[in-house]
Amino acid sequence: MIYFEENDMDKIQIENPIEETQQGWSLVFYCWVIATIATVGSLFFSEVMGLKPCLLCWYQRIFMYPLVVILMVGMFPLDKNVVRYALPIAVIGWLFAVYHYLLYSGYIPKGLQPCDKEASCTDIDLELLGFITIPMLSIISYSAIILLLMTFRRRVKAVSQYIN
Amino acid sequence: MNRQAQVVIAGGLILIVFAVALIFYKSKKADELSDVANKNASLLVRDYSPTIGSNHAKVTIVEFFDPACETCKAFYPLIKEIMLKNPEKIRLVVRYLPLHHGSDLVVKMLEAARLQGKFWEALHVIYDTQGSWASHHNPQPEKLWRLLRVRGLSLHQVKKDMLRDDIAQRIQQDVEDARALGVTKTPGFFVNGKPLVQFGYKQLQELVDLEIRSHY
Repeated sequence: MIYFEENDMDKIQIENPIEETQQGWSLVFYCWVIATIATVGSLFFSEVMGLKPCLLCWYQRIFMYPLVVILMVGMFPLDKNVVRYALPIAVIGWLFAVYHYLLYSGYIPKGLQPCDKEASCTDIDLELLGFITIPMLSIISYSAIILLLMTFRRRVKAVSQYIN
Repeated sequence: MNRQAQVVIAGGLILIVFAVALIFYKSKKADELSDVANKNASLLVRDYSPTIGSNHAKVTIVEFFDPACETCKAFYPLIKEIMLKNPEKIRLVVRYLPLHHGSDLVVKMLEAARLQGKFWEALHVIYDTQGSWASHHNPQPEKLWRLLRVRGLSLHQVKKDMLRDDIAQRIQQDVEDARALGVTKTPGFFVNGKPLVQFGYKQLQELVDLEIRSHY
């Protein structure tokens, strides 16, 4: 269970076994990678390709961007409580993403609204390979982050039960 | 591999992919814009478009502008400077692209002032007072009736002429030409038909210099 790495910092914290399980850390790391790709990708869509983010896109960005920072903080050193503060943010973002997707694909009818210059949440601006849309990418990213965080929490619980 | 290294490598990879995609996308876009401009070269200048500078000039700058646009205002003295530095070599043609809510009225005022031969004088005053009538992207053209003081310009006549059909048609034509040429933001520049792809004052200056060098 406990083994040493070349890193001195890890040696000091051997009382926390999860710290030593590279796999557990990797789960949070993968979450961070997904959040970072989502952040950079959304900036590519808006800043490089010039696609205007609609209101719902903004709400999803509001909950995705801080994950990059928060997960990073939870990774160095690994905080086994990272799920407590990262998961609520991810779940709220996921809810916006699902709502957006349902609106987008027409499952929720959008009330008739007068046109204005703002970007509409139901306009489909981009379809990669003919079926991948931006709200779909958002759902996939949020879902993956949530699943990984929940797996991490389960593993932390298992390890602490094993120790006690 | 230690953890810090993993994060640095993953972050680095993401940024590299971003940068490569950016360069790839920009160059593709630039090609597309040049293509569109080439195909629609005849739409660049209309016979009614306001023009300043020598008729014999071999370099023509076409600018799509919005009188309420702050960047257009900022470019105005810069273009003047470029033209003064290269006397008789540059001609400026301006086209209307009123994107701000309400600036179509200001464009109509400009066209009406042109009927009295006071287009450039009026444009100068409109840019000069932009902060007073169009602050915070909220154009209030009615304020211009107090501000638009140009010697020899009858505002009474401007008010009447603004309603003319031919003026509305010209503005409509300019907006359509802008769309066909792929201009979605103001100011939109073309130098001898070449679009300014990478926006910026230095880039515009370089494009103009390039055209001057190849024509003089």
